[in-house]
Amino acid sequence: MKELVILSGKGGTGKTSLTAAFASIAKNILLCDTDVDAADLHLLMNPEINKTHDFIGGNEAVIDPDKCTQCGLCMELCRFNAVKDTFEIDLFNCEGCGVCYDLCPEKAIAFPRTVCGQWFISDTRFGPMVHARLGIAQENSGKLVSQVRQAAQKMAKTKNRDLIITDGPPGIGCPVIASIGQATALLLICEPTVSGLHDLKRVIELARHFKIPAMTCINKYDLNPKQTGTIKAFCEKTKIPVMGEIPFDPAFTKALVQGKTILEYDKESTTSRIVKEIWDKIYASSEMKSSLNHLFN
Amino acid sequence: MIISVASGKGGTGKTTVATNLAYSLKEKVQLLDCDVEAPNSHLFLNPEIEKKHLVNASVPKVDQAKCSLCKKCMDICRYGAIAVLGKTVMTFENLCHSCGGCFQVCPENAIVEKNRTLGTVESGHVNGISFIHGRLNIGQVMVPPIIREVRTFEKKNMVNIIDAPPGTSCPVIASVNHADVVLLVTEPTPFGLHDLKLAVKTVQALNVPHGLVINRVGIGDSAVEAFAKEHHLPVLMKIPFDKQIALVYSKGLLIAKELPEYKEKFIQLYKKTKELATKGN
Repeated sequence: MKELVILSGKGGTGKTSLTAAFASIAKNILLCDTDVDAADLHLLMNPEINKTHDFIGGNEAVIDPDKCTQCGLCMELCRFNAVKDTFEIDLFNCEGCGVCYDLCPEKAIAFPRTVCGQWFISDTRFGPMVHARLGIAQENSGKLVSQVRQAAQKMAKTKNRDLIITDGPPGIGCPVIASIGQATALLLICEPTVSGLHDLKRVIELARHFKIPAMTCINKYDLNPKQTGTIKAFCEKTKIPVMGEIPFDPAFTKALVQGKTILEYDKESTTSRIVKEIWDKIYASSEMKSSLNHLFN
Repeated sequence: MIISVASGKGGTGKTTVATNLAYSLKEKVQLLDCDVEAPNSHLFLNPEIEKKHLVNASVPKVDQAKCSLCKKCMDICRYGAIAVLGKTVMTFENLCHSCGGCFQVCPENAIVEKNRTLGTVESGHVNGISFIHGRLNIGQVMVPPIIREVRTFEKKNMVNIIDAPPGTSCPVIASVNHADVVLLVTEPTPFGLHDLKLAVKTVQALNVPHGLVINRVGIGDSAVEAFAKEHHLPVLMKIPFDKQIALVYSKGLLIAKELPEYKEKFIQLYKKTKELATKGN
């Protein structure tokens, strides 16, 4: 079993639209959405949820005003500035470290576990899908991503799926790092802008840091052909294969409005044909040759 | 005043709004780029970086000779960042949240604080704009401490414009909390609308006044505007979908500079934003 994780560094370059398009071409796959704080893949996949699990992200401190003597020790110990002057906890600042709970001399602090979101096992027209929803203003998205990927890998094994296609989050931080550990390869979707290249460089460095094979695909390449050239030259220099270039095509948004992938919207269009060629190239690439199977032996 | 520019969905135009707003105003302006994973504002403003410093987090360093293997550090750590294995104490710096619990509970004073570098904060100027941004080091996961460090530069007598990261979780909270007003940049597509709804809930939970900037108007459908109307969310600016704007952006240029009619539009945006900050939603 293999896992291809789709990333970009910069947001809004087309990760989700292309993940969905590839899902409509690839055979025997399982879909996974690890952009847990702004998950969008379900809007194109229309999943039928079979199982919902609560995500217990951690614990949060609660001060009991009846027991609290306002000694101020918690305030002094808290590194996150989460104890307000009124001896209440600012839940947006609390990181759930439990130091105040453990060390309060009056045992006036409770430390209940908190449900920080949900994750789902679903069926879609392209195969099973594992996805999640992080609660509003919650933390621990990396931990939720790890749970989602573990569930996806387990399910892919039981359902004999050859490939997991994972729609990843933007950036290079905690949820991205949680999305790529032991992945077969990364596909980096880049747009021909100076920001696109800047952020592509950072995500390539991340791939190198964790020694995961990476390839790129340039989306909306014709919005700035010169910048597309610069990006291709950079990729050549750093030995990151470019799998193809997709033109700017309003059909992506039109398809999205109808809840369809670009191939479902118009299978015969030039863009659809290009996307299919790119997928075939990715699937046959040397980057996709290694295998995740060692994880399960 | 602190104006935070946020979005939910990535790539909707946060950096475009933040940098063009900073460029257009006559007021004393600071731009603070808090998207430390993928900071882009500097590409549009080209500030001269004058100062640079590291952002560190304290992680435990154990003196094995003093350690009595009592496991109190392991018991207090909720992140699995310190563990007693056989006769040694292992630390896992990448998991550590720097809560300081292990230092507090060690009865032998065998744990000292050691610095681990998370990233850098750089500051400088360009055309009268003060510029500050944070950069997360590759492979590091702790983003909020860098954002908090960037935000220590906020100044009361200036217009502080924060370019926030996408999403709705901790880095966004750190970039939006205690702002006077939030501009939510969105696009008129189902993805834009879905993530806007999450972003609105996030800023409502933080109780910060908020208004919308709709970018790429004309590209999708009218559901975002209908949502804004239904929930009485003020639309402070609309930017049309225009290949010329996309081209200017792609080159790392400012639309308020290259397409001068936009300068006045960003001044108007500022006026409306200021009003919203005072009177609330």
